[in-house]
Amino acid sequence: MDLVTANILTIITFTPAVGAMLLLFYNREHVRSIRAFALIITILAFVFSLHLIAHFDSSNPDFQFGIKVPWIPSFGISYSMGIDGISLFLVVLTTLLSPLAVLASWPIIDRLKEYFIFMLLLETGMIGVFVSLDLFLFYVFWEVMLIPMYFLIGVWGGERRVYAAMKFVLYTMIGSVLMLVAIIALYFMHGDATGTFTFSYLQIQSALASGRMVLAPSVELWLFLAFFLAFAVKVPLFPFHTWLPDAHVEAPTAGSVLLAGVLLKMGTYGLARFNLPLFPHISHLLAPLISMLAIVGIIYGALVAMVQPDLKKLVAYSSVSHLGFIVLGIFSFNVQGMEGAIYQMLNHGVSTGALFLLVGVVYDRRHTRLIEEFGGLANRMPVYAAFFLVVTLSSIGLPGLNGFVGEFLILLGTFGVSGMRAAVAALGVILSAVYMLWMYQRVIWGEIKNDRNAVLSDLGRREYAMLIPLLIVIVWMGVYSNYFLRPMDASVAKLVNQSQKGQVEYARGLEPR
Amino acid sequence: MNLATINIAAILPAFVLSVFGIAVMVAEPFTAANKKSGLGWLALTGTIVAMISLIPMAANRGQWYSNLWIVDDYAIFLSFVFLLIAALTILTSIDYLRRENLNHPEFYALLLFATAGMLMMVGSNELMMMFLGLEILSIATYVMAGFRRSDLKSNESALKYFLLGSFSSAFFLYGVALIFGATGSTNLIGIAQSLRSAEIQLSLVELSAALMLIALCFKVAVAPFHIWTPDVYEGAPTPVTGFMSVGPKAAGFAVLFRVFLTAFPSIRDQWSSAIWFIAVLTMILGNVIAVVQPNIKRMLAYSSIAHAGYVTVAFAAMSDRGVSAALFYLLAYSLMNLGGFAIVAMLGRTEDKLVNLTDYAGLGARRPGLAAVFSLFLLSLAGVPGTAGFAGKFFIFRAVLESRLVWLAVIGVITTVVSFYYYLYVIVQMYMREPKEEFSDVGIPAGFKVVLFVTAAATLYIGILPTRLLDWTTTAALHVLK
Repeated sequence: MDLVTANILTIITFTPAVGAMLLLFYNREHVRSIRAFALIITILAFVFSLHLIAHFDSSNPDFQFGIKVPWIPSFGISYSMGIDGISLFLVVLTTLLSPLAVLASWPIIDRLKEYFIFMLLLETGMIGVFVSLDLFLFYVFWEVMLIPMYFLIGVWGGERRVYAAMKFVLYTMIGSVLMLVAIIALYFMHGDATGTFTFSYLQIQSALASGRMVLAPSVELWLFLAFFLAFAVKVPLFPFHTWLPDAHVEAPTAGSVLLAGVLLKMGTYGLARFNLPLFPHISHLLAPLISMLAIVGIIYGALVAMVQPDLKKLVAYSSVSHLGFIVLGIFSFNVQGMEGAIYQMLNHGVSTGALFLLVGVVYDRRHTRLIEEFGGLANRMPVYAAFFLVVTLSSIGLPGLNGFVGEFLILLGTFGVSGMRAAVAALGVILSAVYMLWMYQRVIWGEIKNDRNAVLSDLGRREYAMLIPLLIVIVWMGVYSNYFLRPMDASVAKLVNQSQKGQVEYARGLEPR
Repeated sequence: MNLATINIAAILPAFVLSVFGIAVMVAEPFTAANKKSGLGWLALTGTIVAMISLIPMAANRGQWYSNLWIVDDYAIFLSFVFLLIAALTILTSIDYLRRENLNHPEFYALLLFATAGMLMMVGSNELMMMFLGLEILSIATYVMAGFRRSDLKSNESALKYFLLGSFSSAFFLYGVALIFGATGSTNLIGIAQSLRSAEIQLSLVELSAALMLIALCFKVAVAPFHIWTPDVYEGAPTPVTGFMSVGPKAAGFAVLFRVFLTAFPSIRDQWSSAIWFIAVLTMILGNVIAVVQPNIKRMLAYSSIAHAGYVTVAFAAMSDRGVSAALFYLLAYSLMNLGGFAIVAMLGRTEDKLVNLTDYAGLGARRPGLAAVFSLFLLSLAGVPGTAGFAGKFFIFRAVLESRLVWLAVIGVITTVVSFYYYLYVIVQMYMREPKEEFSDVGIPAGFKVVLFVTAAATLYIGILPTRLLDWTTTAALHVLK
């Protein structure tokens, strides 16, 4: 392996952080060069991440591009990274959305330097979460990422930004501190069982899978719940979702894009990466309950989205609904459901990212996001209307666009477990068509009723630049889904295998011996 | 056991501090009014010389002066921490005292004596010596707390501290008397030996341990013995508050660990549940009450109570890992807290006028660098990964879980979330509220710059690469638990 490939994950992760350091030395008056620099750095990180796709071995289910350096050796903590088919595209999604978020931040003028520093630090945190293979390192990235997001919402957000930022941090913290306790507990249990004290995810996972380390059912339950709470808040799974609408509505456009596009995926990623392989028995035991919560979230999110007067709130609640699908897919424990869930993570990142960008476009022009303020935008902004239509249809799950593939696979996988669940969840698809199309109709079609809408200009060059990449991806993922699914196959099969083994063992445990 | 063995090197740091303290006092009348600050630099030199003299001290490990004095890694580490605290406090005070027209060099002498007292507390192997150190520290601190003589609040602070402090000293002394009655020894190792072997009145020993525990809990300000803290911290001059919130606290913990883990391990079952209870109560009270404080000094006072709670959690682990984590945390906490107090002192303006949280509104826009550094300290106090505060808390919770005290860890992490609220609230004020004009014209004096640089750099360094410090504290902890 050459030097670049060996260190590529470090390079990708810390490119934005280094950029943030360099930004510190910029003169705050040089607005244009600060923007350009942030854009270059994020594009650079994206280009580096393409290296991952190019050199990724699709047939290998294990972690690739691995790097492992002792960090705090006396505690068994190492700087350990790697990606598999599950995290590969999530990293690329992060690096793709970041430059677009930078482009969406052009209208921001207040304290621009700090803004981009926080955004770059956020990107480092997000990538770090997806690539960490050491539980301690993972936790560090998981927590560190909160701070830049807190500032992005709290300083550059809307009217109730302080409330929203505080709520965001405290909710997430409450969930994640218990995960820290669980991580340390796992560390000791692994140490007691095997004699090696380590925070390495791979070592702990393989000890659990091979039976060298056995958790008592009650212990497994508590550990599962500690991890689950952290991830469920982040997803957000009903009923832990109440922070999300506030955070979305108050965050600046770029903040919303990254929040919906990447941060929420960390929750579902965590469930798939940690809860299922580490605690397969309890995962199976609680799967019906969690699926129930996911379905409630799907229907509830959709119904609430329907009555939202605010565009951003509508998209936020639609996220609750869509993320319910992903959780449902993960807890189906079969290849279709799991693969659909991971595919849907990418879809949701792309489509919802695009939706928030589109909302940002009209917000920049009108400084309002109320649906009733708009109407007839197609007359003045035809290109915008067309773009909006594609994204709306993608979000609904129209065949030929990306959303369809993910939802279809999830429903297929769920059907294999329970036809009832699949049937109720499918209602969510219909409801999403209702609220999205109704919203589209009220915003885009009809006559221009509000005079202020009569003078709106269509998309500018910058806006083209930030939307077209996403539109390409939307169509590409819809038409040629195999390109994205193939690298996932091996890793997903492995994950399903790991969790099914738990099911078998669990069933065996119930039988009288 | 030879009385004639006088080993200056073993007590050199304390000796150096005393000499410099006396030199400051002697030089004071001969110094022109506008040159008084120079004596501050003299005192600073004293702390640095004392730090250097840790090297000959470290070369003389063992027990000296009829086993009254002990030089081990524990004493060396904590002496270093105390000297660092003293140096940073002096740097903060030089400009502060000049600004407040309090430029009486006795202040530096008192600070040096207080530090010498702390060195005595941690270096003594015997309860009476510890008591002497404790008194030297306390009396010097009472005077420093009331250093703003014309200010009512400062007077209140000193008087309150004095009354309650003497009260707790009396508890300690009474405990020493009882243990001497029970075991015939005031030497820690002697006590431990007679507790193991001889037939002794256990109730007397337990009473003595309880009295000493209460006294030391007063000194480190943990619940339910924390009531004096907010008033005293609020009234004292800000650099003194900073000093009190880290120095005497760390010294109190040093004695607490040494006494209870060296002398009383055999009756551990009787006092360990008390430690558990104190830790929980302290974390909850400190963090919850800090939320509603409008004054930053009071807020930091309650936060210092909460942090004492975390150190007590580490103590409750009753293991060398626990003591190691506690020592680590004491240093980490001292750095970030002193950094924070330096900023509060600097921005307080004449007579500490601007100490309300709302006074910090808009600091992020007016003074981005200063606000960023302050945010770093606050985030570290809250325990965000990548900072010293997180590393410290992580090691503490790790030690606690190693001792299978799961609930203590769970309560600990949940109270941490509460602390996020009030630390972030200061950041809210600095970055998310409309600016006030007031801060724009404040220059940063050189002394503060040094303090901020040292504390901020150390906070980050320890947070990201904690291994070295951890190894040091682990070695130090091994000497307490035998």
